[in-house]
Amino acid sequence: MKDMATTPDLIPALPELFLACIIMALLMFGVFQKGGRDEQSVTAFRYISGLSVITLLLAALLAVTVSGGRLLTFGNMFVSDSFGVFCKILVLMASAGTLIISRGYLERQNLARFEYPILVVFATLGMMMMISANDLISLYLGLEMQSLSLYVIAAFQRDDSRSTEAGLKYFVLGALASGMLLYGASLVYGFAGTTNFDVLAGMFAHTGEHGPGTGIVFGIVFVLAGLAFKISAVPFHMWTPDVYEGAPTPVTAFFAVAPKIAALALLMRVMVGPFGDLLAQWQQIIIFISIASMVLGAFAAINQRNIKRLMAYSSIGHVGYALIGLAVGNEAGIRAILIYLAIYMFMNVGTFACILTMRRGGRMVEGIDDLAGLGKSNPMLAMALTIFMFSLAGIPPLAGFFGKLYVFLAAIEAELYGLAVIGVLTSVVGAFYYLRIIRIMYFDEGDEPLDKPVEREIGIVVTLTSLVIVLFIAYPDPVVSNALIAAKSLFAG
Amino acid sequence: MSGLPILSLLTFLPLAGAVFILTVRGDDAIVARNARYVALWTTSANFLLSLYLWFNFDSSVATFQFVENVEWMPVLGLKYHMGVDGISMLFVLLTTLLSPICILASWDAIQTRVKEYMISFLILETMMVGMFCALDLMVFYIFFEGVLIPMFLIIGIWGGARRVYSAFKLFLYTLLGSVLMLLAMFAMYIDAGTTDIPALMRHSFPAGLQTWLFLAFFASFAVKVPMWPVHTWLPDAHVEAPTAGSVILAGVLLKFGGYGFLRFSLPMFPLATADFTPMIYTLSLVAVIYTSLVALAQEDMKKLIAYSSVAHMGFVTIGTFSLTVQGIEGAIYVMLSHGVVSAALFLIVGVVYDRIHSREISVYGGLVHRMPSYAMVFMFFMLASVGLPGTGGFVGEFLVLVGVFQVNTWVCALAALGVILGAAYMLYLYRRVIFGELTKDNLKKILDMSPREWAVFAPLIILTFWMGIYPSSFLDVMHVSVENLMNQVQTAQAAAAKIMVAGQ
Repeated sequence: MKDMATTPDLIPALPELFLACIIMALLMFGVFQKGGRDEQSVTAFRYISGLSVITLLLAALLAVTVSGGRLLTFGNMFVSDSFGVFCKILVLMASAGTLIISRGYLERQNLARFEYPILVVFATLGMMMMISANDLISLYLGLEMQSLSLYVIAAFQRDDSRSTEAGLKYFVLGALASGMLLYGASLVYGFAGTTNFDVLAGMFAHTGEHGPGTGIVFGIVFVLAGLAFKISAVPFHMWTPDVYEGAPTPVTAFFAVAPKIAALALLMRVMVGPFGDLLAQWQQIIIFISIASMVLGAFAAINQRNIKRLMAYSSIGHVGYALIGLAVGNEAGIRAILIYLAIYMFMNVGTFACILTMRRGGRMVEGIDDLAGLGKSNPMLAMALTIFMFSLAGIPPLAGFFGKLYVFLAAIEAELYGLAVIGVLTSVVGAFYYLRIIRIMYFDEGDEPLDKPVEREIGIVVTLTSLVIVLFIAYPDPVVSNALIAAKSLFAG
Repeated sequence: MSGLPILSLLTFLPLAGAVFILTVRGDDAIVARNARYVALWTTSANFLLSLYLWFNFDSSVATFQFVENVEWMPVLGLKYHMGVDGISMLFVLLTTLLSPICILASWDAIQTRVKEYMISFLILETMMVGMFCALDLMVFYIFFEGVLIPMFLIIGIWGGARRVYSAFKLFLYTLLGSVLMLLAMFAMYIDAGTTDIPALMRHSFPAGLQTWLFLAFFASFAVKVPMWPVHTWLPDAHVEAPTAGSVILAGVLLKFGGYGFLRFSLPMFPLATADFTPMIYTLSLVAVIYTSLVALAQEDMKKLIAYSSVAHMGFVTIGTFSLTVQGIEGAIYVMLSHGVVSAALFLIVGVVYDRIHSREISVYGGLVHRMPSYAMVFMFFMLASVGLPGTGGFVGEFLVLVGVFQVNTWVCALAALGVILGAAYMLYLYRRVIFGELTKDNLKKILDMSPREWAVFAPLIILTFWMGIYPSSFLDVMHVSVENLMNQVQTAQAAAAKIMVAGQ
């Protein structure tokens, strides 16, 4: 362990530091670039947006180079391990992907202000800190940094009442969740006397027969409730459909992927790290949350008319499936979640890229019925969206099936048969509403086709993501074996 | 064994054709024409390629042949393992034979989105061939489930009036059955430590687990077969599907269930098989008799043939679970001949549907006056479906009845009743459509079969005769494999009986 008085070792936090420095420089650059006129601010937005994407991808590269062993720094509050690297790469790719696909929308809606990419990258930085948190304090700092940026971009369309409502709703409920999390953290600190994950883990490793004190269990429950809000698991999901629907679509795309991955990674680290030996105490809670999320995600989505709302319920359902892996609580379970999240990221970025092309007569539309006849008017886009929908429904040979395969395999291995059976049954219900979108695109005749031209960058993102989804079966090794290494590293600590 | 990865070629050649069609661009009419020709050439080439299997297959051994085994997902020990034995090889040939026929049958019938249609069909062929060749549980499942995607689109886009309802019903029914099977596959993997099908056949699962596994697999296969009472998706799907869709559905997809029983349920869960045989007999007999009666009352030609399919599949399950060599060979034979005959019957409906655009029986009548050769072809396949000696249908049903007679005479007697009912509804259908006076105005100008339609039926007619007159050429291929299967089941059951005795 290093001497506290000397400068901390900065190498493990290199990607975060890089991101922080660049983004502050970009902020300055944006302020000076931006003139009074509209064109100037659009130009500034374009520059900053492009540079942010490059920065995010460079940070992902840096994260890869840092990987190797478990490194602690900043007084053991920050940890860098393969698990963190895996999740960070997912988060960075998701953020970059959603930034790329949002340009056209933002410019059309007069939202092309350079603050948007800056806030997205700040939120990403917060997520990376969450993923690397090794202490309840650093966990909270990362989480708040992420959340505050997200509150702002949810309300980014200031003159739209739905967007501001979404931002406010998200803020109030998010603050409540943060409060619960803090309260839980203080209970844990009060009863255990430390906030460091490694120390906590060592402490609970020997609780023996009687288990931990009631105070600790209460603390865990509150921490869990706070985090369940962030991943929008039932029963803390109420904000999700409203915020997804109200926020501008690029923001929804961002919300649906990166913060979900980060919060799930954080949840895994907290539950498996410090509280890993208390599996018996929290397993039932996770099982309940998982079942409730899967069931609600499947049934509530059936009657939705708005595609963003539908995706909100879909993401609730997917969180439920991912949580099966956490309920299992062993290496196979964590590996399953990581594979699931990687595939989920590609499916959702692709799907939202398709949603962002939905325009008619220059105006954005978001009703599911607006997709009618897309199979005729834009066959390539319809085919891509079909691939995403079948994949979200988990039909082989597409990638989404493999996400479910690993999760259910882990559940069966851990003899959680009930959970697995409910999981597959809800996935059949879920298939119904994904199929409904396909039906509307191909089986129904549209009265008026959607606008044809699709921005080049959206075309590229859609092509790449759908290729990943289709070809995953041929070469699954990069995701699968890295997820295994990452899962192992989480248990090594 | 042989250097040529023939099974992978057979599986993925249609997929390559589909990718090629995807890249075809240009004017709509040109794209449609090119798509048709590419699909026809690809499926025909695939059929010719599959003849390599027929000529090089060694029917004296029961082991899997033309095996390919490549690492795929080493983390789980999943392998891309392909191979065929005497049972699956015939189904591969059936698939490759029916595919070009389907493409020909939809040559003029499909006029919208031809490109997408041909792509769906080629992907469907890939999935079907792959399913019969797969020797790894996961590979099998992927192909088995993957079939749903193109089938859903084919029925949903190019189907009839209630196509949306039918497509959803087909998809959700089969998915519900399959996901339970998926969980059972995981349980098998955890118990045996492998997903390799030949290895699993040698593994003996604990008796209690076998019951659950059998039920989960049953949930999936019973829907696919389809067995009464989960057969209701079939008439809907058949009625709404385009002709070629019905042909593939009846010809190949219905065989998935019967093949699954033979490949998984019997050799892997022999103890549970013995326990559940009475239940299967009961359900199959209900299917044979009840659906035959239902078929008698149908007003829609396709629906009538669909119900007759359910009845024929009842013979398949009876024969399979009779656990006699004749019964199982008969079941496979019924599947093969039904694959040819029912496919032909749907094509026959397609011929008049393309002209009159109605499937109602009452719309027709007296067609023999205008379409004599059509009447002859129809009569031939109608009698083959009834099981007239000299056609393939007779051999299969006879073997099934012989097989089950050795085990349970009552089941045999009731099943034989189904044969009589089968004759009743088919002859009744034939009388109403073909005979009588030609009174309807729109039928007065109807034309007889075109050369393209003859080209579609000719191979099927030859094959049906061949199967009826010289069945040995098919039975010899499957014989060793079936005996091997029987040995496996009986050894396992005898071993279990011994343990029971020792336990007492």
